[in-house]
Amino acid sequence: MARMKFLVDAERCIECNGCVTACKNANEVPWGVNRRRVVTINDGIPGEKSISVACMHCSDAPCMAVCPVDCFYRTPEGVVLHDKDICIGCGYCFYACPFGAPQFPQAGAFGLRGKMDKCTFCAGGPEKDNSAEEFRKYGSNRLAEGKLPACAEMCSTKALLGGDGDVIADIYRQRVLKRGKGSEVWGWGTAYGAPGGQQKPAAQQPKS
Amino acid sequence: MRARTAVFAALASIAALGIAGCGDAPQELAQKERRYQGKPDTNPWDSPQFGGKQAEWERAIQARTQNQNEYTRVE
Repeated sequence: MARMKFLVDAERCIECNGCVTACKNANEVPWGVNRRRVVTINDGIPGEKSISVACMHCSDAPCMAVCPVDCFYRTPEGVVLHDKDICIGCGYCFYACPFGAPQFPQAGAFGLRGKMDKCTFCAGGPEKDNSAEEFRKYGSNRLAEGKLPACAEMCSTKALLGGDGDVIADIYRQRVLKRGKGSEVWGWGTAYGAPGGQQKPAAQQPKS
Repeated sequence: MRARTAVFAALASIAALGIAGCGDAPQELAQKERRYQGKPDTNPWDSPQFGGKQAEWERAIQARTQNQNEYTRVE
C-alpha cells in the first residue's frame, strides 16, 4: 500500500511560488486562505534557503489528537483529511500543528472564524468523489483520477516531491548521491517520525 | 451517663469516617476512545476511473510519482 508523503528539497527550491499558485488554482482556495506557502530562511543573506510548507499528513497527526469534535480521519493511503460539516472552527488544530497548516477563512464580521481548511493532498474529502459538493468544500480530488497533488506536479525544479513515501525517498537519495550534499529533509522527522523510520516511543503515563 | 454519651459519639464519628472512606470513588482520568465522528469517505480507487481496482490505481500513482524523477528522463 502506497503511503503518501511530501518531501521538500531546500537545495532546489527557488522560491518561485509555483506550488502556491498551482494549489490556489487547482482547489480554488478563497482569499486569505493559503493551504501552501513558501517560507525563506535567512532571506537576503547568502546561503538563504526556501521551503514549501503545507500539511505534511503526519503519521501521528497532532491535529487529530486535539480535535474536540473528532472531525479528522486518515485514509488507508495515509492522507489526513477532515469533515467540514462537523468542524466547529475552534482553532485547536492550528495550535497543535507544527507546520501551521490549518487555515481559517473569515466567516463574518468581527473576525469570526469559519471552518478549518487545509491541504488535502488533492484527495478531496468525505463527499462523493469529484462531485460539485466535494469541490466546493475541499477542492479537487486528483488522487481519485490517479494523479498526484498539483503543487508537486507543477514544481519546475522538482524541489517539492509528493507521492508514495518509498518512491520519493529513493528519488531524493539518488539526488543527494549525485550532488554530494543536502541530505537533510526538512520536516520529515517531525511529520513521519525519527530518521530511519523509527517512531519515538510514547511517553509513559505516570501511575498514581 | 455523660461518659457513655461521649463514647457513643466518638464511636459514631469513627464509623461515619469509615463509611465515608469506603465511598471514595476512583479518581483516575478516563481516556476516552477517539473515533472519527464525520461522514465515511470512499477510497480513491473506488472512483469511476478505476472501478475499485486498487492495484491499478497504485500502478498509476507509482508511475506518476516516478515522473518526478528527472534522472530517469535525462540519463
